[in-house]
Amino acid sequence: MVKLCADIEGLGLLGPGLDGWTNSGAVLEGRSLYVRQPTNVPIPDGLPPAERRRLGLVVKLALNVGLEAIAKAGVEPDALPAVFASSGGDGQNCHEICQGLANDERLISPTRFHNSVHNAAAGYWSIATRSRAASNALCAFDWSFAAGLLEAMTQVVVDQTRVLLVAYDAPYPQPLFAKRPIPEAFGVAFVLAPLRDASSASPEPHGVATGVGSSATLGRLTLELSDSPPDRMGNAELEALRASIPAARALPLLQQLAQRKAGVVNIEYLDGRSLAVEVVPCS
Amino acid sequence: MTELLLKDYTATSCVGHGRLETLDALRSQRGGLAPCTFERAELDTWTGEVSGVDDVRLPDKLRRFDCRNNRLAQMTLLQDGFADAVAQSVGRHGRRRIGVFLGTSTSGILQTEMAYRHRDPTTGALPADFDYEASQNSFSIAEYVRQALDLDGPAVVICSACSSSAKVFGSARRMMDAGLIDAAVVGGVDSLCLTTLYGFHALQLTARGPCKPFDTTRDGISISEAAAFALLERVPNSLDADEVTLLGVGESSDAYHMSSPHPEGQGARTAMLEALKAGGLEPGDIDYINLHGTGTPSNDNAESRAVASVFGAAVGGSSTKGATGHSLGAAGALEAVICSLALQHDFAPGGINTREIDPELGIQYLVKNRPGRMTYAMSNSFGFGGTNCSLLLGRAG
Repeated sequence: MVKLCADIEGLGLLGPGLDGWTNSGAVLEGRSLYVRQPTNVPIPDGLPPAERRRLGLVVKLALNVGLEAIAKAGVEPDALPAVFASSGGDGQNCHEICQGLANDERLISPTRFHNSVHNAAAGYWSIATRSRAASNALCAFDWSFAAGLLEAMTQVVVDQTRVLLVAYDAPYPQPLFAKRPIPEAFGVAFVLAPLRDASSASPEPHGVATGVGSSATLGRLTLELSDSPPDRMGNAELEALRASIPAARALPLLQQLAQRKAGVVNIEYLDGRSLAVEVVPCS
Repeated sequence: MTELLLKDYTATSCVGHGRLETLDALRSQRGGLAPCTFERAELDTWTGEVSGVDDVRLPDKLRRFDCRNNRLAQMTLLQDGFADAVAQSVGRHGRRRIGVFLGTSTSGILQTEMAYRHRDPTTGALPADFDYEASQNSFSIAEYVRQALDLDGPAVVICSACSSSAKVFGSARRMMDAGLIDAAVVGGVDSLCLTTLYGFHALQLTARGPCKPFDTTRDGISISEAAAFALLERVPNSLDADEVTLLGVGESSDAYHMSSPHPEGQGARTAMLEALKAGGLEPGDIDYINLHGTGTPSNDNAESRAVASVFGAAVGGSSTKGATGHSLGAAGALEAVICSLALQHDFAPGGINTREIDPELGIQYLVKNRPGRMTYAMSNSFGFGGTNCSLLLGRAG
């Protein structure tokens, strides 16, 4: 079987009771009690005032976790290719448009319309970070995190480039919520890079900042398609998040990284199968 | 990049069902746009509606996927022997080794729009038969196609507005290069809905008549629908002279504005240069550019600056959107099919509806078909959010 390898250089996380990757380690390791609280999504830095006013929840969520991951990695975003994975994009915005179209006047605000594209987060990210690198915006329903990870890993391996992966989802309001019950906002980001030792003879990949942060490796991932069923979280509340929010399908991988243990986690992918991700933490 | 073979391909748009009708429309410079009558939309604009979509019946086991977008896909899969070609590829590689990479911008949102008009008067609930996963969710089209073709490999929907179904070629190419799959069904499907009709109207980007790309009096886009698919495989040891290959993909972002292109077309320029670099070609090698050419003042302005900065006025190009309209997330794949037909039949298609080429735009814009040897063609697709993708296609011999 083909295996794809990458180093993890940075992580970002926002979820209910998970307020940043740095602040969530103890909970994910199991050293602290998990306390579910509404996801705290601040207004991110970097955008002009006109753009800041237009941001929906999902865009703020995606930008926040992306910014945490690149800060942790110590990389500059301006030449960093990015992959944005989400099941549904901006649910509130979608609801407002459908409600407007159901009225006789059929009015849509122009800003609502351009914010309705699935790649809105990718667009605002590139504006906020002045990144002209390629970005991808993708969807694979409940398996969007795995599909995004696969896309990002193929970019790392085939194009030998550092990549930012951002996966994010947020609730629809009613009546769509009843049809697609995503309970809370959840976002996660990874900075993935070609293996250091394998590429030591070649120049550094794109996006390396000199003297900013450590750009240290947090761990190494080796990924392959697998027939194994997906892993679940031991904690019932975290498992409820994993099972109900597509981006939270990343939780078993985040837990493995937080625990700094070597091992294989199976991340849910199509048809009840998984991506088997071997984690080797950096000691 | 590793060159890939377009083993088979097909397309449906308002100019025709399948390769023959599409080729005939291009050869006779026939368009398919008409005044908008879609879903009681009261808009002073023209659209490109595909005939016969309402009559398509999905296979019984896939009935939950029923929506305009998946009907358009179903109709297209059965054309030109495309589904059979995929079945033969399954025979060669196995169903686990064929990926599905499709682009859409609005998927089956029309179902949701209709469901919102039929909410329960007391509870506000959507109708019981509304199936979010199988219609509105962007992944619906990939799940539908993989089940309809009985494929079992990786699948994803790229949803980056009007570059979506150009970018699928890039994702498929990487997964084939990584060795995870041996073949890929790539393409795009987007269908008419009120969200795009009224949304582009709200942005004042819809043309009043049929769109006139690169015309002095161009006044916006004509929204249309389309489906286009290609089967990508690795290039075998020998190719027939008229076979088409994918030689390069170039991708970039504008980092400028959500719904306006960078005025100098910087991102577009980067995408074209990256595609040329990936294919190891020079600008002068290209015989034809299928422009994004939406017909909005700002797109055609920015794109022509980008094209002029890479190609000067030496390479002829046109927008086929005057004929097909702008099929949004399906446009990249549709125009890759149009380039493939042009390469195989040795003509550069002229754009229609354009009466007076805007002299400010400074590129060689073709309004008549230009017969002649075709070896390499480029296709541009740009989208909201400042997402750009250029494809480089070539003929084997």
